[in-house]
Amino acid sequence: MVDFSLWDIVRNLLLAGRWTVSLSLIAFIGGGLVGLLLLMLRLSKRRSAEWFVGGYVQLFQGVPLLVQLFLAYYGLGLFGINASAWVAAGVGLTLYSSAFLTEIWRGCVAAIPRGQWEASQSLALNFGEQLRYVILPQAVRIAIPPTVGFLVQVIKGTALASVIGFMELTKVGKTIANATLNPFLVFSCVALMYFLLCYPVSRYAKSLERKLHVAQ
Amino acid sequence: MSLNDSLVVEITALRKSYGANEVLKGIDLQVRSGEVIAIIGKSGSGKSTLLRCINGLEVFQSGSLTVDGKPLLHKQPAAMRELRQHVGMIFQSFNLFPHLTVGQNIMLAPTLVKKKDSAAAAAQARKLLERVGLAEKFDAFADQLSGGQQQRVAIARALAMEPAVLLCDEITSALDPELVGEVLRVVESLAEEGMTLLMVTHEMSFARKVSDRVIFMHQGRVHEIGPPGELFGNPQTPELKQFLSSLHD
Repeated sequence: MVDFSLWDIVRNLLLAGRWTVSLSLIAFIGGGLVGLLLLMLRLSKRRSAEWFVGGYVQLFQGVPLLVQLFLAYYGLGLFGINASAWVAAGVGLTLYSSAFLTEIWRGCVAAIPRGQWEASQSLALNFGEQLRYVILPQAVRIAIPPTVGFLVQVIKGTALASVIGFMELTKVGKTIANATLNPFLVFSCVALMYFLLCYPVSRYAKSLERKLHVAQ
Repeated sequence: MSLNDSLVVEITALRKSYGANEVLKGIDLQVRSGEVIAIIGKSGSGKSTLLRCINGLEVFQSGSLTVDGKPLLHKQPAAMRELRQHVGMIFQSFNLFPHLTVGQNIMLAPTLVKKKDSAAAAAQARKLLERVGLAEKFDAFADQLSGGQQQRVAIARALAMEPAVLLCDEITSALDPELVGEVLRVVESLAEEGMTLLMVTHEMSFARKVSDRVIFMHQGRVHEIGPPGELFGNPQTPELKQFLSSLHD
């Protein structure tokens, strides 16, 4: 048995934390871009697009993220794509977060009064201009708090990538726990690190909410 | 110039329904350049819907509608964009863009749609604000203005597109009584300057004073139409008589 000092545990977990942060960022940025695309599709008022996005959201919200990650990991292989844990986790989390983000943002756009659409339409703005200059700037204001709040869910969600062998915080924690035979200490450290990642983000979401609430 | 050239809005046999409920049952109307028309009637008579058909906010099922000689074609975004540049609309609820300043509200469409450079658009916006008596509000936001001021900004914003006709949809109905006058004075000055106006209104004395023709709508039809003196002074149909007498109660 290898002898691990507390510093060894923390250092290894910190190194693994980088991958948790990277995976969170990939999921959030990828999910954000895909989510935005889906939002545009949905707002375009085409029947088939609305139907597609609705189905997409239902599908990815209705299946556990864990199962989605398994499917991404084994499913991509079936199509001949070499699905490393990185790719599978990135794809799985992107799909998952895009479904939630597009739904959050759709709600924010729906909260903009109809008169804003009508006034901008009457001024001869086309659909793209309406979105860009009138609707989205107002929707973004409402969207920031719930979006940042969802980021916390994504950070915690990356822990599930451990099941497909992705060496992030949880997976490394498990490995060290097996080596040190002191799982409680190790997972306490793991928990602390997740908390240190998530707490500032949710604090930020709260402060944004307060600030925007005052501004209105 | 033939008579047709001076027609700004021409509506022929226009029908519109929501599902099985027909709200406009064949409307014919010709509006000449510079004419001021007031549309009155009970709520649900179709007067707002008619107005909203003219700039394509509502889709109608049959009939034709032209503005400045150009037909309204819902399915063609380019044609609608062209048409809407000729039609200004002012709403009951102002609908200013709250994230933009007053100046930006007015400049937005001219810079985006008419490709005006921002210096020219700003100069125009200042001139229009002066015209509606709000020269000092260029950098203010909508929530810093009273309802009457907001509505005057909305008028300036519509005028910035230099429309051939201005549609006013109950533009004083959401205002406190003491703020109605300032908005109506602006509309009256527009009428005097020769702007073509179509307004749905509950301000009967105002309609009587400034309009050239008054339309009484009833159950989706133009029930009576004529000069204000005739319509208000000598109503022909029992429906209009009843409507006018209900106002005095």
